[in-house]
Amino acid sequence: MWRDAALVAGKDLRIEARSRVGLSQVAPFGIVALVLFAFALGPDRSLMARGAPGLFWVAVLFCTVLAIQRSVSVESADGARDALRLSGMDPAGQFLGKAAAVAAQLVVLEVVLGMGVVLLYGAKIEVAWLIVVSSLLGTVGLAATGTLYGALSAGLRVRETLLPFLLLPIAAPILLAGTRIWQAAMVGGVPADGTQWLRLLVVFDAVYVAIGVVVYGPIQESA
Amino acid sequence: MSPNLSVGSSPSAHSPLIQSARARWTVRIIGITAAVATALTVWLGLWVTPPDVSQGDLVRLVYIHPGVAWVALYLAFGLAAVASLLYLWPRTRSLFWDRLAAAAVEVGVVFNVCTLISGSIWGKPTWGVWWAWDARLTSTAVLLVLFLGYLALRRVPAEPDVRAKRSAYVALFAAVDVPIVHFSVLWWRTLHQGATVLNPDLSPTIHGSMAWTLLLGFVSLTLVFVWMLLVRYRIGVLEDWLGSRELDVALVERRAEGTPVDRSRTGVDPSHGEPGADGRLDDGVDVGRPVVPEGAR
Repeated sequence: MWRDAALVAGKDLRIEARSRVGLSQVAPFGIVALVLFAFALGPDRSLMARGAPGLFWVAVLFCTVLAIQRSVSVESADGARDALRLSGMDPAGQFLGKAAAVAAQLVVLEVVLGMGVVLLYGAKIEVAWLIVVSSLLGTVGLAATGTLYGALSAGLRVRETLLPFLLLPIAAPILLAGTRIWQAAMVGGVPADGTQWLRLLVVFDAVYVAIGVVVYGPIQESA
Repeated sequence: MSPNLSVGSSPSAHSPLIQSARARWTVRIIGITAAVATALTVWLGLWVTPPDVSQGDLVRLVYIHPGVAWVALYLAFGLAAVASLLYLWPRTRSLFWDRLAAAAVEVGVVFNVCTLISGSIWGKPTWGVWWAWDARLTSTAVLLVLFLGYLALRRVPAEPDVRAKRSAYVALFAAVDVPIVHFSVLWWRTLHQGATVLNPDLSPTIHGSMAWTLLLGFVSLTLVFVWMLLVRYRIGVLEDWLGSRELDVALVERRAEGTPVDRSRTGVDPSHGEPGADGRLDDGVDVGRPVVPEGAR
């Protein structure tokens, strides 16, 4: 399972490294989103700094949708999905691999967006480890749920419109938890409740990674 | 393959709910009982019960709102989750559970919207706002969006069993999300601004006619839900049957184009054009399963 996961993740990341879709389209989109948020809020930097955690996570959520679309469309060309199914690789490994590749891209994206938030909005990070841990946990949850829904909607013509509608409400707890933790880790936030939210993220991740490992195979069969 | 999957010649082949006269009468009786109970609730709620000391006539919404919410949030969604799970479980796999889940979600959406509307009507005079970001309101709204996503997925045309499986997975993912959403929204409210003041204690001391009316409200709305569920289920069966029949008719028409003799025939001739349970026509042409518009998937 782990070997298959590494193979699939390596394949997706190699495609990504060569096509640079994430770097040239998804990451700039995230930056554009941050700039648009600033326009919506007005030039008040203190307001931006207060809104920074939430805006960061909303931008991450939107970029996740794009990254998942990309991860699915990579498989849809040239019958790659069928080839992957016929390859005899463990479906659980395939799920973990695809999710890991998405997660790796999201981490890079979050670094970019995080710097954007700090530079553009003037947000100050006080508790760095909380930021790092919460971002990693949130990324795992987003990648797992995204990969699941991506697989479910893989064969559909209406995928582009249906996927965000299905995925974003499910990911709402990640947005809430991530925002609250970032607020706790930044100036003017609510301290001390960060760990409770971290536990929520851990539960979310565990539940959806477990579901994905179990269910990814049957989903591939039916889609 | 379950008997529900077969391409039957009449809707009665699909389900005893359509077939048996007793089942039809049961549905009808449930409907009549629901209507009478609802009328009774309205009468008791609007005329018999006294206005509340502090809330005045506003309290009358309490006879409806909790009942609607109970149906939408617990009954409908719970039923949909259980039915989806039973569909996915190989030993209980049957389109019955799929249609039941679909019907439950669809009726649940109606009740969910009614919950939000009746809550808003109550909230405006009481809290001064149509909408407050209260924990319960927020999780109800998230639930509605999850419901709607499920229905959107169901509208994507597909073979019945593919659609059923896909929908069941989405229902399951959503059901797992519900407790997480519940807690996160609860913490979001309570940790952010302290204990919420917008959480009114609706029933500190209610007596006599008020308590009975409240109880009757629950019963009548549950009956309404059950009746709507059964009717919707029946419509679901008929829809599937109609879809497969239209395909059969189209096939026969298309085949008739090749043979110059009988162009006028558009109906399905049971002796010739009717596919058997294995999806094959008499002459061995594989027609596959019904309801797959070209390019829909």
